[in-house]
Amino acid sequence: MDEEHNEYSIQEIISGNRSEFAKLIDAHSNQIYRLAQKMLNNPQDAEDVLQNTFLKAFQNINHFEGRSKISTWLYRIATNEALMIIRKQHPEVNIGEEYGEEDNEINSPIQLIDWCCLPESEMVSSESRKELDNAIQRLSEALRIVFILRDIEGLSIQETSKILNLTETAVKTRLLRARLNLREQLSTYYGDRFLARSKE
Amino acid sequence: MLEHENCQILLTFLSDFVDGELDQDLCLQIEFHLSKCPDCSIVVDTLKKTINLYHEQSKITENVPEEVRERLFRCLNLEEYMIHI
Repeated sequence: MDEEHNEYSIQEIISGNRSEFAKLIDAHSNQIYRLAQKMLNNPQDAEDVLQNTFLKAFQNINHFEGRSKISTWLYRIATNEALMIIRKQHPEVNIGEEYGEEDNEINSPIQLIDWCCLPESEMVSSESRKELDNAIQRLSEALRIVFILRDIEGLSIQETSKILNLTETAVKTRLLRARLNLREQLSTYYGDRFLARSKE
Repeated sequence: MLEHENCQILLTFLSDFVDGELDQDLCLQIEFHLSKCPDCSIVVDTLKKTINLYHEQSKITENVPEEVRERLFRCLNLEEYMIHI
């Protein structure tokens, strides 16, 4: 949403106008729920993130200083909620540090099949959409959240780095790794379909 | 595998290149390399397509289910302000 044309008034929300807060929910709940679903792949966990995000926003709205967009502020709360659930369920996962991050090395692409000319109907079939979701779930949590914020939710590198408390360089490195990893996975999936079509 | 030195340089700037955030000189150098290197062209094209597929998918993602929305308004005690869609 273009936040210069909000359907709600942030000043009214801060001064306790509940009706305006309800408008805020309807303006941003789809984004927050999508982030939680993509990150956690579980409807119940996603609902918990959704509720806790708006509950915390409701309780802390007077701390919102307007230095960022309100959507970025909500994404930050939602990201922390989602990461908290991951840490609870998988204490061994280290979100703060991506394996091999310090060496800054990027794995060279392996799959070199040009599957871009597959028909659009095959690219966006329900089976393909499921594969897109599965591919995201195979990313490490540290890469997944960067890809979701930047490439699915469309946040800037700067906004993503602020939300995750990472340097912009770290965000860029993780983003490239995530993108290349997904490209490899999709090249395997769509490449098989492309080769099968070529044989027909 | 991309083993040529110029392919490795491309890899370094790949994200900025597909996001259109490189300065013009570097961009031209990369485009020149792509015109000579079919493997790197495939990587760039399939990477752009990968990002684009996720971007397009996000536009058609379902809204919050109605029952989830109702529970959200209820847990915030905001039911009276809920607009029924």
